[in-house]
Amino acid sequence: MKNILEINNVTKFYKNSVKALENVNLNIKEGEIFALLGPNGAGKSTLINSICGIVNFNTGTIKINNMDIVKNYRTTRKITGIVPQELNLESFETVWNNVNYSRGLFGKKPNHNYIEKLLKQLSLWDKKDNKIKELSGGMKRRVLIAKALSHQPKLLFLDEPTASVDVELRKDMWDVVKKLNKDGVTIILTTHYIEEAEELSDRVAVINDGKIILVDEKDKLIKKLGEKTIKIELFESVEKINGNLSKYNFTLDQTNKIISHTYNLNSNTTDITELLNDVKKDGYKIKDINTEQSSLEEIFIKLIQENNNELVRN
Amino acid sequence: MNWYGIKAIYIHEMERFRRTLFQSLASPIITTSLYFVVFGSAIGSRITEIDGINYGSYIVPGMIMLTILTQSISNASFAFYFPRFTNTIYEILAAPLSSFEIVLGFVGAAASKSLIIGCVIILTANFFVDVRIDHPLLMMFFLILTSITFALFGFIIGMYAEGFEGLQIIPILIITPLVFLGGSFYSINMLPEFWQKISLLNPVLYLISGFRYSFYEVSDVSLLTSTLTILTILIGCIIFITYTFSKGYRIKD
Repeated sequence: MKNILEINNVTKFYKNSVKALENVNLNIKEGEIFALLGPNGAGKSTLINSICGIVNFNTGTIKINNMDIVKNYRTTRKITGIVPQELNLESFETVWNNVNYSRGLFGKKPNHNYIEKLLKQLSLWDKKDNKIKELSGGMKRRVLIAKALSHQPKLLFLDEPTASVDVELRKDMWDVVKKLNKDGVTIILTTHYIEEAEELSDRVAVINDGKIILVDEKDKLIKKLGEKTIKIELFESVEKINGNLSKYNFTLDQTNKIISHTYNLNSNTTDITELLNDVKKDGYKIKDINTEQSSLEEIFIKLIQENNNELVRN
Repeated sequence: MNWYGIKAIYIHEMERFRRTLFQSLASPIITTSLYFVVFGSAIGSRITEIDGINYGSYIVPGMIMLTILTQSISNASFAFYFPRFTNTIYEILAAPLSSFEIVLGFVGAAASKSLIIGCVIILTANFFVDVRIDHPLLMMFFLILTSITFALFGFIIGMYAEGFEGLQIIPILIITPLVFLGGSFYSINMLPEFWQKISLLNPVLYLISGFRYSFYEVSDVSLLTSTLTILTILIGCIIFITYTFSKGYRIKD
């Protein structure tokens, strides 16, 4: 699949000399949902604002569809849409005017049929004559999405799309994002909700302190960096783990009946068959076996902590 | 050229004008009417003619200029500052619009609003005094050029303002005094020689003078100087905006 977005060695300093982005390199494939994860202030919004032309970056190049976004800004911006993190809308304008205004800004001829279809898809049609100030937060978020889609972009940036929205609306938003992607829109979303990235994305990048510290497919990332814990529930309580099992670093829970062992999915150090044989050899009777895999959130925290420790060391 | 983009900004701004039509028109009409009542009828009736023109009629071009200047500046500065304040400017910056197209949309709308108000004031003036326009095309030339120039100036204020208070500082502290001291209500020939020379440093004097010439063929300075002055201010504003935009200063981080 070809790259729709190529970011090469992009660096951005703010006026107060704060380095917001440092040598960022990233390629986004056409048709994928890409999640950019990072803590607050990591540089997520600066990166997408740089791509969309909202802030100027200092060095490096950004290409959309193999075209430089500075030299060919007219062509590249026509196929790009952005949903900002904040609910930045003109309160006294109607939904209809707001969305049509956005389409015009992006150089598109008025198309009331398309805007009608779009508002219906986003459940905004019955609110089309309402002023923005009369809408709920969730509705406003939908208006922002409608505005970003008004000119039919191929590449859509969602900056924290579900920040401060309730759980129900978050699920609705996810459905909207999935539908858009199904319709052929490449989506890049920034989030610090790992659950969101886990639910939606094909690939994930982690950014910290302005640097991309990891890019990988979500599933591979979980597999590569994820840990798995096997929990074995025994019929009888155990005082101390010894014998053949002592080599596995088992831990005991408070009831002394569940023994747990954590291992890395990617390493071959743990042979589960052998482990279970050792349990049997030591005379334990197994009541139940359960395994738990580390979530993207745990991986993310681990990565950020490692990166922060490295920064402190340097 | 992104004509749809320019049109979108223009219509968006004119729509705001339509929504607040009463406030937009009522304020300049009432203010102008009061000026005509006070200066034209009450005080003006005791003042002799200036350059053969009745005082009430003489102040009409100055009154229009006063309104055009303040309205162009306030319309353009507010129009551009407002999306900065609400952060909706992100959309304009992310759109495939050049800086020229952005300025054209905002300044075009601000200048159009001023022109409408200017025409309404000419009509209002007719209810109070006799208004004669000897050179209608020249009058329109000055009216349009002044509206555009000061809308550009207002746009610069909108780019630099840090708050709504900032939008008012330059119009109140600089523009209004310059208009009042620029011969809106008098001819500089009525001033002592020293103050006449000082008045010549006021660029607004040249605008009012040229504009008044188009009405009554009387002016304090030559028509050519007036035309060159307005064109110089216009070009200065264009250069300043182009430079600021190219650097992204005050607009992009």
